[in-house]
Amino acid sequence: MSGDSKRITIPIGPQHPALKEPGCFTITLEGEKVVNAVVGVGYNHRGLEKACEARTYIQDLYIIERVCGICSHTHSTAFCQGVEELAGVEISPRAKFIRVIMAELERLHSHLLWLGVAAHEIGFDTLFMYSWRDRELVLDMLAMLGGNRVNYGINTLGGVRRDITPEMKQLIHKTLNAVEEQNKYYIDLALHETTLAARLSGIGKLSHEDALKYGAVGPVARASLVDDDIRVAEPYAAYDQIPVKVVTDGHCDVFGRAVVRVLEIMESIAMIRFALDNMPDGDLAVKFPRKIPAGEVFSRTEAPRGEDTHYIRSNGTDKPDRVRVRAASEANWHGMQHMLEGDYLADVPIIIAAIDPCYSCTDRAFVLKDLDRGRERVWDWQSLKRYSIDWYKERGFDASKIKLAERRI
Amino acid sequence: MLTALFHIVIFPGLLFLGVYALFFAFLDRKLYARLQNRVGPPWFQPFADFCKLIGKETIIPEGADRRVFVSLPVFALAAVTAAFIYVPVWSITHPLYSFEGDLIVVLYLLTIPTLCFFLGGWYSTSLYATIGAVRALTQLFSYEVPLFMALLAPAILAGTWSIAGISAYYAAHPLYILINIPAFVVAMVACQGKLERVPFDLPEAETEIVSGTFVEYSGRLLAIFKMAIDCELVVVAALISAIFLPFYAANPCLGFLLFVVKTLIILVLLCLFRASMARVRIEQMVMFCWKILTPLAIIQIIVNLLVRGSLA
Repeated sequence: MSGDSKRITIPIGPQHPALKEPGCFTITLEGEKVVNAVVGVGYNHRGLEKACEARTYIQDLYIIERVCGICSHTHSTAFCQGVEELAGVEISPRAKFIRVIMAELERLHSHLLWLGVAAHEIGFDTLFMYSWRDRELVLDMLAMLGGNRVNYGINTLGGVRRDITPEMKQLIHKTLNAVEEQNKYYIDLALHETTLAARLSGIGKLSHEDALKYGAVGPVARASLVDDDIRVAEPYAAYDQIPVKVVTDGHCDVFGRAVVRVLEIMESIAMIRFALDNMPDGDLAVKFPRKIPAGEVFSRTEAPRGEDTHYIRSNGTDKPDRVRVRAASEANWHGMQHMLEGDYLADVPIIIAAIDPCYSCTDRAFVLKDLDRGRERVWDWQSLKRYSIDWYKERGFDASKIKLAERRI
Repeated sequence: MLTALFHIVIFPGLLFLGVYALFFAFLDRKLYARLQNRVGPPWFQPFADFCKLIGKETIIPEGADRRVFVSLPVFALAAVTAAFIYVPVWSITHPLYSFEGDLIVVLYLLTIPTLCFFLGGWYSTSLYATIGAVRALTQLFSYEVPLFMALLAPAILAGTWSIAGISAYYAAHPLYILINIPAFVVAMVACQGKLERVPFDLPEAETEIVSGTFVEYSGRLLAIFKMAIDCELVVVAALISAIFLPFYAANPCLGFLLFVVKTLIILVLLCLFRASMARVRIEQMVMFCWKILTPLAIIQIIVNLLVRGSLA
């Protein structure tokens, strides 16, 4: 059967109904079986890190919140707590609890969204519609607390911007009951529906060793029995005062990832309830300095998709010297090729969707070091500019002829 | 001559079938939406979709054989319409056209649309369409056998190969319908494959291969293809209801009403299947059809032969 004549190469993306954002997966098929997969991301580079360096810390908050549309809160939490550590500011316990409540509500809405997307990928549109209907309940809660459905804008340097009133608390408790009831149904469905189990079991295999080798994070790692959760490993905000149970599963496949996610929804609901009932009194935000003393910090949070890390270097001014964001999807891409190979073409969309990928959070511009020739290139701003002009010239657009006042090459 | 033309073009031919198919498509979509807790489309939506597609530009791929590419949708629709002529609509005692063996002809005519989908995908010379075409053909070889056997089993018991004859036989002996229940289940499941609906919508599989065989079709040609699919749903529902639900009414008007009710029952069942399942993989589909459906259909045929023997 083998032999190049039997093989066809099929591109999934950059535009494809299964992908919610642009990414290109070049799949080589033998019949319906995937023999080689090349993951290509990088269609959506937005230069957010560079933009952060040109703005003040307060302005950066708005950029950082827009790194990801789904886990916006976790990014702003990571950024805020990093800057707070640099400034040596301790925020109030109440603000920490509110951050946790928002983070867990965000996890709820992200996991319900994932459930819908995954169901759609395998043609189970009924589950897709149901889970997204229930996700609306969570989004309504988030809108009530933050004022927005996705970019809540609740974090600020030195605390949070909005309080949770007793009335809101009551309403959240009530809504959580409804969400919990629905989620019990989804757990039952995920564990017992025949076609669902038949489609999800045994595909996208990532063994325990491979999960460690490729550095998988979040539900992908936890579905391979990797007991990895920043909320427990390095408790931030108020997670040291809230009981966190890490959900793991031994299936090591897409089915395991689905199980981990639906069970995590239950854990999140329990944590929100606990946090609401044990919320201490106190100020929302403390006074925060405009200029941050020089230093560097590494801040980690547990996003719905896994570990999210922010590196911030300050230089004593009101603008950061360097901001580096590593969203969870970036860690999970590494194992993707391994997960795709050996499976069927029909499973490619669901395997890609199973890591809950976020394409634009991941896209960075970087230069690979040429190991064979031992040559390493350091690119400064000028050479980057020259490179881009040459790149477009090769494709028939000559930017060097455009006379701009600022152009000094 | 004129009556024949009337039957072919207007009732129960092309026009009636088209209108009824659009109505069916609406009911299918509305019911599907309600099952999913959505509002669903208004009653004229399938008609509006059809009109809109008719008005759109038709693009024919450069690599495709123009004549084949254009004629396939028409061919598919014509085959489905021809099949409908032999399915009794208002009366089983005085069917419009009926002869010994029309069941085989109808099944044969119903295979043509699937072959058209395959050829359409193949001649599109697009990667996605080719994969969809291969899937359509693979699927054809798995569901066709259990579907044929499930529909032939009642014919064996009735001792006739004409659809109207089978209906008349079971209308006279209503209790024998119960023997055919396994065949009914097999036929219902297998026809999901013929109609390319979830869980067997692999040739189209939007999230996997975009829309498979139809990916290069657009405008008028796509509209005709869609119409052929909608009509196929009606014909299959009518065929299954004629064989497995042969309730009888002497009055033609009442008979027609009964036809509508019976086909609607089949539609509701098909819609429930579609709403409660995920799409399976091609190898799962083949495995399921050959390992479960086919043996079940063979057992049904053996049982029917034994019953027939004991009756004689």
